[in-house]
Amino acid sequence: MASTGQRIALPGRAAVWLGWAFVERQTNLWKRYWAWELVWLVYGVVNTLAITFIAKQVDQAGLAGGQSVSSLVLFLLLGTLVWAYLSAVLDDVSLVVTWERWEGTIEHTLMAPVPRWVHLMGMAVFGVLHAVVRTLLIFAIALPFFSVELGQANWLAAALVIAVGSVSVAGLGILAGVLPLIYPERGTQMSFMLQALILLVSGVYYSVDVLPAWLRIFSVVSPATYILNGIRGAIIDGKGPADLAGNLLTLALFGAVLVPGGIAVFGMAERWAKKTGQLKRQG
Amino acid sequence: MNEQPLVVSGVSKYFGGGFSARRLLPWKGRDGAGRREPVQVLRDVSFDVRRREIYGVIGANGSGKSTLIRILSTLLLPDAGQVRAFGLDVVQDAGAVRALINRVSADPSFFRNMSALENLLFFGRVYGLSPGDIRRKLPDILARLGFEFEKAREPMSHLSRGQQQKIAVARSFLTAPVLMLLDEPTTGLDPRSKRDVQAFIRRVQLEHDATIVLTTHDMAEAEELCDRIAFIAGGRIVAEGTPLALRQRVADGRPVEGIDMEDVFMELTGRSIQEDEVPAEVMASG
Repeated sequence: MASTGQRIALPGRAAVWLGWAFVERQTNLWKRYWAWELVWLVYGVVNTLAITFIAKQVDQAGLAGGQSVSSLVLFLLLGTLVWAYLSAVLDDVSLVVTWERWEGTIEHTLMAPVPRWVHLMGMAVFGVLHAVVRTLLIFAIALPFFSVELGQANWLAAALVIAVGSVSVAGLGILAGVLPLIYPERGTQMSFMLQALILLVSGVYYSVDVLPAWLRIFSVVSPATYILNGIRGAIIDGKGPADLAGNLLTLALFGAVLVPGGIAVFGMAERWAKKTGQLKRQG
Repeated sequence: MNEQPLVVSGVSKYFGGGFSARRLLPWKGRDGAGRREPVQVLRDVSFDVRRREIYGVIGANGSGKSTLIRILSTLLLPDAGQVRAFGLDVVQDAGAVRALINRVSADPSFFRNMSALENLLFFGRVYGLSPGDIRRKLPDILARLGFEFEKAREPMSHLSRGQQQKIAVARSFLTAPVLMLLDEPTTGLDPRSKRDVQAFIRRVQLEHDATIVLTTHDMAEAEELCDRIAFIAGGRIVAEGTPLALRQRVADGRPVEGIDMEDVFMELTGRSIQEDEVPAEVMASG
């Protein structure tokens, strides 16, 4: 056995190494639950096709007006893809506690000498990688069904929006993950409801301009709004990083507030859960 | 580190209580009151554990053993009192304490669809071990537990209860804790698995610089493994000492060899270990 006093401080590389343990673990779980992954992939593809076909219907019914149907198709296609990406990140991060409760490992994972921020960041990194793979697959499968013009797209700017935006979404996921921590029986349902609200107010399938004024307030405080604006600007309008500076800056600010804020709130919730005995397994 | 492995001073813990808005609902509320009475699960618990000692905490289900272990594991905060592990406060210095301890619980608690090896790699890595270290140490630990290494490649859900518990023991000792918390580690095991786990615990104590806190309601196991034993009933430590000293306390002129630990428990707590059960709703909250 080792002597005491070792393995306590975890700066720099050690933190990355510890965080990567969660990425590996989630990858192993992903492989073991491959059938569910297939279900979500099929669901994502079907959802993307079903919603994007609405644009064709609008065209056939002569409702497109002066708008090019191709840009409407691309608008909806990007909305569904971005939402597939964002919801995958939100799911993976916000289920940080739920996974452990389902499997019954919550006590063993939370008593490991891993700083909580490292644990949460590991889950966020997995969430982003997982979401990238799933969304690219949906995109690759759905794209041949539609004739869309992508020649003007600025892929670098789009990647930048996703990269900066993912940080803020991870922060939101961490905040949503607090709910299952403090409400073991209903917290997961609450975090799905939060996700639904983000879907409603962020302009996934329509411009936020169509929302009632009181709902539009929520769209201003949803990072997803700026991610969708940025992605659509980069791919439909061919805007570059400089043109999207406003969006990028807003997203960076969201990330700078939501990630440390989420980690701090998670820490407070964990302390409360320890005080009240909520860290037990369930299910 | 020269500090004592574990010093528990005046620890109390309550569950429940406080204001509940739900109880004010017409179909829930009783007597119009929104307050629930808290249940005290631990009452002013104090003891200390010496280096390389196996310290047993014996009590019935619901007596507060697991709550105590959760507090020592940094998973629960005490409402009163203090716990120090190697001089570190388990609440204030939780991160540093976690690096020194590990735990085996009655429920093995693994990712069921991951293999035993994948589980051990994960739980080893979060304690700072490299995959190479883990793969190097595992065959020996598993062999000592009577577990075939090849079986570790199978999903946990394919393993028997006894095999899963051996993997749980391996997970904890893999990380080389200097303070090991064993919360009913042999509950539900067949006699052979029980013997394997007990022999492993004894060997680890003899060969390594580890201090062990063992909770159990198995008197024979406690007597065989523990250097000192504390009886816990109703959340309170009611007696403490070596197995021999506890026997002598109740001997009253009889030869101590003829007194078994069950009788000692009954005499010192006033009830049998089976009688000292706590209602399920209280256990659920603790």
